[in-house]
Amino acid sequence: MSDLLKVEDLWVEGRPPGGEYIPIVKGVSFSIKPGEVLALIGESGSGKSTISLATMGYARPGCRVSKGKILLKGEDVLELDLKGRRDLRGSRVAYVAQSAAAAFNPSMKINRQVTEAPVLHGLMDENAAVNHAVDLYQRLDLPNPDMIGRRYPHQVSGGQLQRLMAAMALSCTPDLLVLDEPTTALDVTTQIEVLKAFKDIIRRENTAAIYVTHDLAVVAQIADHIVVLYNGEVMEQGTTDQIINRPTHEYTKTLMSAVRKTPQGGASHSGDDEGISATPLLQVSDVTAAYGPVTILRNVDMVVEEKETVGVIGESGCGKSTMARVISGLLPPVAGDISLNGHSLPGAVKGRNREQLKRVQFVFQMADVALNPRQTIGKILGRPLAFYHDMDTAQRKDRVGELLELVELPKAFAKRYPGELSGGQKQRVNLARALAAEPDVILCDEVTSALDTVVAASIIKLLESLQERLGVSYVFISHDLSTVAVFADRIVVLYAGRVVEQGPTARVLSPPFHPYTKLLLSSVPELRQGWLEDVMETQEARSGIAQGVQMNAVGCPFVKRCPVSIDGVCETQIAPKRLSANGHVIFCHRQIDELLSEQEMAVGTAVG
Amino acid sequence: MSTGNTDSTISMAPSEESNGKAKTDNLRLTMTAWIAIAILSFWLFVAVFAPLLAPHGEGEMVSMESFKVVEEASFLGTDYLGRDVLSRIIYGARMTLGLALIATLLSFSTGIVLGFVAAISKGWVDQALSRTVDAIMAFPSIMLALIIIGGVGTSLTVVVFTVAMIDATRVYRLSRALALDASVMDYVNVAEARGEGVMWIMLHEILPNTIVPLAAEFGIRYTFAILFISSLSFLGLGVQPPGADWGVMVKENLQGLLYGAPAALLPAFCITTVSVAVNLLVDWFLHRSSTMIPGELME
Repeated sequence: MSDLLKVEDLWVEGRPPGGEYIPIVKGVSFSIKPGEVLALIGESGSGKSTISLATMGYARPGCRVSKGKILLKGEDVLELDLKGRRDLRGSRVAYVAQSAAAAFNPSMKINRQVTEAPVLHGLMDENAAVNHAVDLYQRLDLPNPDMIGRRYPHQVSGGQLQRLMAAMALSCTPDLLVLDEPTTALDVTTQIEVLKAFKDIIRRENTAAIYVTHDLAVVAQIADHIVVLYNGEVMEQGTTDQIINRPTHEYTKTLMSAVRKTPQGGASHSGDDEGISATPLLQVSDVTAAYGPVTILRNVDMVVEEKETVGVIGESGCGKSTMARVISGLLPPVAGDISLNGHSLPGAVKGRNREQLKRVQFVFQMADVALNPRQTIGKILGRPLAFYHDMDTAQRKDRVGELLELVELPKAFAKRYPGELSGGQKQRVNLARALAAEPDVILCDEVTSALDTVVAASIIKLLESLQERLGVSYVFISHDLSTVAVFADRIVVLYAGRVVEQGPTARVLSPPFHPYTKLLLSSVPELRQGWLEDVMETQEARSGIAQGVQMNAVGCPFVKRCPVSIDGVCETQIAPKRLSANGHVIFCHRQIDELLSEQEMAVGTAVG
Repeated sequence: MSTGNTDSTISMAPSEESNGKAKTDNLRLTMTAWIAIAILSFWLFVAVFAPLLAPHGEGEMVSMESFKVVEEASFLGTDYLGRDVLSRIIYGARMTLGLALIATLLSFSTGIVLGFVAAISKGWVDQALSRTVDAIMAFPSIMLALIIIGGVGTSLTVVVFTVAMIDATRVYRLSRALALDASVMDYVNVAEARGEGVMWIMLHEILPNTIVPLAAEFGIRYTFAILFISSLSFLGLGVQPPGADWGVMVKENLQGLLYGAPAALLPAFCITTVSVAVNLLVDWFLHRSSTMIPGELME
């Protein structure tokens, strides 16, 4: 079969504002046959997105293709004039961006946006395009395919939106599909659902695809060929089987070792809890919180000891961020109590005194919006020093330098504005601001989720070393179980506003599990081919994946997705607390023994 | 995604050198900015030194001839009462620009403060303020001004306060909307969680991030205020004769148009120069501020 796409010796140059052109893609060549999926993998800055955009004849502002050929069915897309490129994009090569939420126009109904391309390219009339779209929705396993297109983007879930975006890309039946990190921003459970839909439709439509990602485990599920990139150069390329099982290049081997380990119990953490002290540093007891009439958290209990990291996990919409807002006083709880060293804290920020405020600090998820773009780093870090510690200008200047050093940034950064920093650097400043208060507890809300794996790992390392030196405690909120698993001392699993399981990390990550924890664990991609098919066979996946988080006032919140629910009991009664081991509790109607035997059996069959 | 997010590789962020260059670029005045500044400083100079510059007094009758270029008057001739047009334009600059500036400053300080307070406090404070503003905005502004000035009686203070109050409702709407957008940003949440008061959040977190659209609005509102006071003067409610105001002068000398005298057109032209200059300056400021946004976003 002849090649659908052939990239020959591609060079792309980029120019920082006011600077000289420097090469960012250096002589990359590869080819794709019809129906094949080729993965471009590498860290941030490896040029993978730049290459994928170049296949559409597009270079980002400040970038230009300086050399090379990109042949789509023998025709060089770089030679095309403006009109030629316009005809190419969307109709013969289609692009699926990382964030579907940002790629959809919020004020247009989905059908209008999905059918825009075929109508615009004159391939179909409006009615035919809508019919085709509904057909695609069906093939992408979207619920209610006839009706979903009549909704607005905010009325469907993130995973559904990502699949709708794929429908948009496939609407013109393109020869080549470019997928740029389409699952990176999704929950693990949603990722599976989206990956499966993508894989099936690519097979069935016989479309070729370029899949851009930094996640080897994801690539193993979907790609036929892999191109490993580093710093704009191809390190190694070959079939997925070759690269995954027999990598030859050193860099590929390093990438493999950096792959997130499947979370497992009993790794580096002490198995048993030393027990909760009588007056823990931070205690959240029986807290219920709501936004207006919508209750988000119900009867949540949590304890944080000194110099300890408590991981809070759950999918988006489970109330993790709300928990942090309640602890910080931004959202006063409807009921329940939060106490520091046994002293009850007033619910709202306004009721707390500076000493109380100082001791609990909040680090927000998106460093981009958490730092005021009109303030210098010096002012951002200086304010908590003046506010909590009454430092004068000279003292502040010294301390800001120290803080920057603490988070491993150069002192000169004090004069810069946030816009001049990279994502990882901003997150460090964000952290330094919290440290400026000299707090006892730092609430970290998804602080690594917006960063790529390598940068995220460096932030985690920093958090660990700061804890070592300063003895600060963390409440580490994340949807990424593998990050929490290596970092947290204890884990709280939150589902639909309720704690479903909590205990020492090693205990939570080994049987018996709450069925929800089991689902989360089994959804973390493994670095082997065929994992996706295997996981779809498990009972957790069959009953639990492809369903969103739903809040309910009565009964166990997880009942609708639970493979072991008991009819007539789980829907109506609140799950009782079951003590599994020292400090490890599961809220489930099933007995610990039932869960244990059932889960060990499942493990047994999987191994056998 | 793949450009420049490498952590702690400082080289990917703009270098010190290019950074410094960008800063000098920001301070460089464009041609249009120079024109605007030239026009405005000219009028400022005229307004400040009016008594020294004007060849005749503000209300002084220099000739018995109306709408004529006569020997007694300067080169622009006389108005309908035989007063010197040039002198009245010079004195008018003082009145027109000064009153409008005071009115605009007043409307902005009240509008911004109330708008920000409403956006930050939300709840009943917001409701009370917003509904009051809605009620005022329900009246056409010129009619409302007629009612107030008609009721209270006319004087410069009343005119300035009336114009300021009516304009403040518009400023309130804008600043509340801007502050609502800014107040949901995480950096405001951070400040709230730190325990900052409303004043600090307004001045340090929200104002710097809304200053650009507000400055643009200031330029527009200032020219509106000039026109508004001029219209009031034209209707006989603003600046009272024999005081010189450009709006008053247009009104007084309308009939001169029949005789081909420029006495009505000249003050109108002066108003135009000021509004054009202010808007040019605002445009330049907007552009300058947008280049302060990191290059990555601007490209």
